[in-house]
Amino acid sequence: MQAFEYANPATLQEAVAMLGSSWGEADILAGGTDLISLMKDYIHTPKRVVNIKGLKELQGITKTATGLRIGAVVTFDEVAESPLIRSEYPSIVQAVLGVASPQIRNMGTVGGDLCQRNRCWYFRQGFGTLGKDKDGTSLPPIGENRYHAIFPKGDAYFVSASSLGPPLIALGAKVKIAGPSGSREIPVEELFVVPTSNKGREVSLAPNEILTEILIPSARGVRNATYEVRHKQALDWPLATASVALRMKGSTVASAKIVLGHVGPTPVIATEAEALLAGKALTPDLAAEAGKVAVNGAKPLSGNEYKVQLTRVAVKRALMEAMKARA
Amino acid sequence: MSKHHDEREEKALRSGFSRRGFLKGVSVTSGALGSAILEEDAQAQTAGRLFGPSAVPITLNINGADQKLTVEPRVTLLDACRNHLDLTGAKRVCDRGTCGACTMIVNGKVVYSCTVLAIDVQGKKIQTIEGISQAGKPHPVSVAFVNNDAQQCGYCTPGFVMAAKGFLDRNPNVTTLEQVEKGLGGNLCRCGTYVGVRKAVLEAAKAMKGGRNA
Repeated sequence: MQAFEYANPATLQEAVAMLGSSWGEADILAGGTDLISLMKDYIHTPKRVVNIKGLKELQGITKTATGLRIGAVVTFDEVAESPLIRSEYPSIVQAVLGVASPQIRNMGTVGGDLCQRNRCWYFRQGFGTLGKDKDGTSLPPIGENRYHAIFPKGDAYFVSASSLGPPLIALGAKVKIAGPSGSREIPVEELFVVPTSNKGREVSLAPNEILTEILIPSARGVRNATYEVRHKQALDWPLATASVALRMKGSTVASAKIVLGHVGPTPVIATEAEALLAGKALTPDLAAEAGKVAVNGAKPLSGNEYKVQLTRVAVKRALMEAMKARA
Repeated sequence: MSKHHDEREEKALRSGFSRRGFLKGVSVTSGALGSAILEEDAQAQTAGRLFGPSAVPITLNINGADQKLTVEPRVTLLDACRNHLDLTGAKRVCDRGTCGACTMIVNGKVVYSCTVLAIDVQGKKIQTIEGISQAGKPHPVSVAFVNNDAQQCGYCTPGFVMAAKGFLDRNPNVTTLEQVEKGLGGNLCRCGTYVGVRKAVLEAAKAMKGGRNA
């Protein structure tokens, strides 16, 4: 790890002012579960690390007039234990418990989950965000790619590593972002972007912006669930996940949101499958059909075609799980 | 640590990087980092909250006692304990927050000490494997590990014992193997002692409920 200066800002404004105006100068430290390893591997070599855990604006889970607010430095463990979240947002609890290591849940934060770097092994070995060699050749398509995207976009073959992205998008959540000129709110799906350069980032934050809060609308009457397919039951990255949120009208689905995780460089919204469910009563057959439709357009690489079937299954099981959930 | 890493760390050290030099550098290049463009007053205030990159004095509360040490901000809790405080029970195995051999308990919760900066856990109650015996008696989890042959080469054992203790402290009513498996999902054993570990945790759960470690 390269030596760095550790900053302990007292206020949000001070924290923002301590960040750099271009990537690489400073890094934000919350749980550290991603950053410390990135620094040990010299993938990130910041001159300054800004600890944001002490900032009051970023803490706590609170009810709001329209739903729920989760501070960015709330840990996965706090989310899993929160009665407010457990009662209304099973899709979030299931995603959080999918991180099957208590140590990671105790340390990792919701903001860090959304802003973490991708896990592509070419990126982690120093070949840049998109995993390209010196001549600009993308390595995932010609190399080992069993965990890569089946919905690649442009030159991005990595998968978004976020556990919370898919359920938050399905629930219609927003994130609040603080920067030098104040704060802004964007839908979670706009936080995730496909980087176009090998030095690009996976999120639409500026280098001197901090994700401060997650704002989730009430899910009363919305059946929601997340299903993850993993190799191991213990600590492991998911191979494919699906998060669903169903607005019901009696026993039929009025509208559905279906978002796939770990299959593309951003969470993938399965619009075709969503449309298929609208106005129908959800049966196991229909759920399976939605799974099939959800992978339309998938372009698996040489070693990850198996993820297509896993994704079908994840969608089907998430839908069936949602039907069991309290609405 | 690999030779590669050592060389790079040495290079970083040799570069003579210091906060003073760094701040000077950025103010000349018209404020690459925020503090350089703050007003002088603000910068003076901010300076009190900037530490390093060279070694700074910190205080860690470990096993109930305050320990003063001087470390660079980049030093992890694990390395601070092993290299500065002679607490070598927690093991540095993967050093990437995956295997669990470095598990410690911070404010009642299990963490990977290899992935926590020492400077970041000042003011918190840190418990290491060295601090769990009471009045010279091994902790019930340690006793149960011995009784159930829950170790082989031993590298993962201190981490497993701490993870098990942290798990049982928070979940005293554990009765099933499935609960134990989930509770210890953050620890790996390459020798494959899992069967013994699961049994040990269930035995320790009974012993701890029985008041042997109230």
